[in-house]
Amino acid sequence: MPGSSIIEVKGLNMWYGNFQALRNISLTIPRHQVTAVIGPSGCGKSTFLRCFNRMNDLIPGARVAGQVLFDGQDIYAPGVDPTEIRSRVGMVFQKPNPFPKSIFDNVAFGLRINGYQGNLAEAVESSLRRAALWDEVKDLLHKSALALSGGQQQRLCIARAIAIEPAVILMDEPCSALDPVATLKIEDLMRSLAEDYTIIIVTHNMQQAARVSDTTAFMTMEEDRAGIVVEYGPTSELFANPKDKRTEDYITGRFG
Amino acid sequence: MQQATTLFHRRLRLRKGVGDVFHILFLLAVFVGIAGLLTLLVQVLVQGLPWLNWHFLTSYPSRHPEQAGLLSALVGTVWLMVLTAAFTVPVGVGAAIYLEEYAPKNWLTRLIEVNISNLAGVPSIVYGLLGLTIFVGWMALGRSLLAGALTLGLLVLPIVIMASREAIRAVPWTYREAAYALGADKWQVTKGVVLPAAIPGVLTGTILAMSRAIGEAAPVLAISALVYLTFVPTSPLDRFTVLPIQIFNWVTRPQDEFRGLAAAGIIVLLVILLSMNAIAIYLRNRYQIRSEG
Ligand SMILES: Nc1ncnc2c1ncn2[C@@H]1O[C@H](COP(=O)(O)OP(=O)(O)OP(=O)(O)O)[C@@H](O)[C@H]1O
Ligand SMILES: [Mg+2]
Repeated sequence: MPGSSIIEVKGLNMWYGNFQALRNISLTIPRHQVTAVIGPSGCGKSTFLRCFNRMNDLIPGARVAGQVLFDGQDIYAPGVDPTEIRSRVGMVFQKPNPFPKSIFDNVAFGLRINGYQGNLAEAVESSLRRAALWDEVKDLLHKSALALSGGQQQRLCIARAIAIEPAVILMDEPCSALDPVATLKIEDLMRSLAEDYTIIIVTHNMQQAARVSDTTAFMTMEEDRAGIVVEYGPTSELFANPKDKRTEDYITGRFG
Repeated sequence: MQQATTLFHRRLRLRKGVGDVFHILFLLAVFVGIAGLLTLLVQVLVQGLPWLNWHFLTSYPSRHPEQAGLLSALVGTVWLMVLTAAFTVPVGVGAAIYLEEYAPKNWLTRLIEVNISNLAGVPSIVYGLLGLTIFVGWMALGRSLLAGALTLGLLVLPIVIMASREAIRAVPWTYREAAYALGADKWQVTKGVVLPAAIPGVLTGTILAMSRAIGEAAPVLAISALVYLTFVPTSPLDRFTVLPIQIFNWVTRPQDEFRGLAAAGIIVLLVILLSMNAIAIYLRNRYQIRSEG
């Protein structure tokens, strides 16, 4: 159902110990689209992104209040298993972080731990194909993933994430460690992946947000450094005529 | 430039002189160490090499020097090492995993950590007496290989734990993060990502710990006593002797020939030790290449 929403964030607040990192965020993420999160450094974009797959649970002292409804189910409700959420909401990190294992084992890792019953080799191949990496690595499957270039490593991480068929893929500045050519490849990939997945991407690069995303959230900090979402809407509108002065200042380069 | 020449009194000549003096002092220190070691080595080689032959490696000890060999001690040492490793590695690595990955960071954990480091400094004879009381006495294992292995195991356990913890801690957080993000639980992350990446470090630490254990005489002496064995142990419950004890035994004999035998025994022990250290260095180098690649 394109056009419908897949995630609904309601009154989300988040703290690291006593420090409030996110304040009162509410928005809905459209299904099978690319949603970009932009904003100045330290405003809480990564923190916000990590609320979608409960990665913040791993940080001692981190605390969340409010709701994140994933297909109507609150992922922070008592009794929800974060590992189950993470197998449905995948993540790609800023710095490519393949395991020090073979290319094959990298992609197969998530399949194995999630008890995949089908043909492992086929699943690995199809994930690598969808990540536009197959042709480059099909003869190196049992070589170390660390021997790949940065851009190839990042596409491998994308293949690893999509192998377990998540519904949503979170990407935290996935291109910031890559050169422009590798960046364009990943951007093309994101557009094609959006047909099957919902993508939420944090980026510092406003051209990138404008190029790849359908919807954009602009975040900034309040006086106490808590992150808030200032403006949220279709990317073209947000960039063409921002409603909030702070958004306008940021996208025209007068701030941050 | 005016300021620079008046405010700084650089005294380059003096500084270089002081530097040279220390350079020479340190070089001397190195020489003292190496010279001592070389003298020892040369002496052992001169005395021992004539006695070192196949017969020496494959015969039992004897009252007649020309017939004596160290077979029982050599086999005993190998047995003891294998049993010690079989006990220490699972327990040591398990403890390291618990402390690094599972333990809550509270005062109790810190107390345990401090005590593990302290245990590494306890004199080895204390472990020998402990083993004598617990394993030989209470657990009624007798003066057996098993009692010896458990005792040596306790002795090197802190080393294995500390080396394993270091190896586990060196595994980058980003690997764990990637695994968690794929829906792995803690044990899957530990088993699938952390341990494989830590294994070279764990192995290196274990081998170094074993090479410490192999040269220990005091605790084994407490367990096995100064025995004179003309058989090789065939089960963990057999009595045993090891190289350091056999060497010690020969050194205490009045006849000169036995000193030659002792020197030959030392050569065998050194060869085993050096090979183990070489393996440890090899593993560490391979590990470094891999983690930089
Ligand atoms: N593990 C943590 N413990 C405590 N505070 C943290 C932690 N991680 C982030 N913060 C704080 O939370 C705030 C938001 O950080 P976050 O990393 O989400 O920002 P960001 O918008 O992603 O920044 P950047 O664009 O530089 O990546 C910052 O003030 C940061 O110092
Ligand atoms: Mg960030």
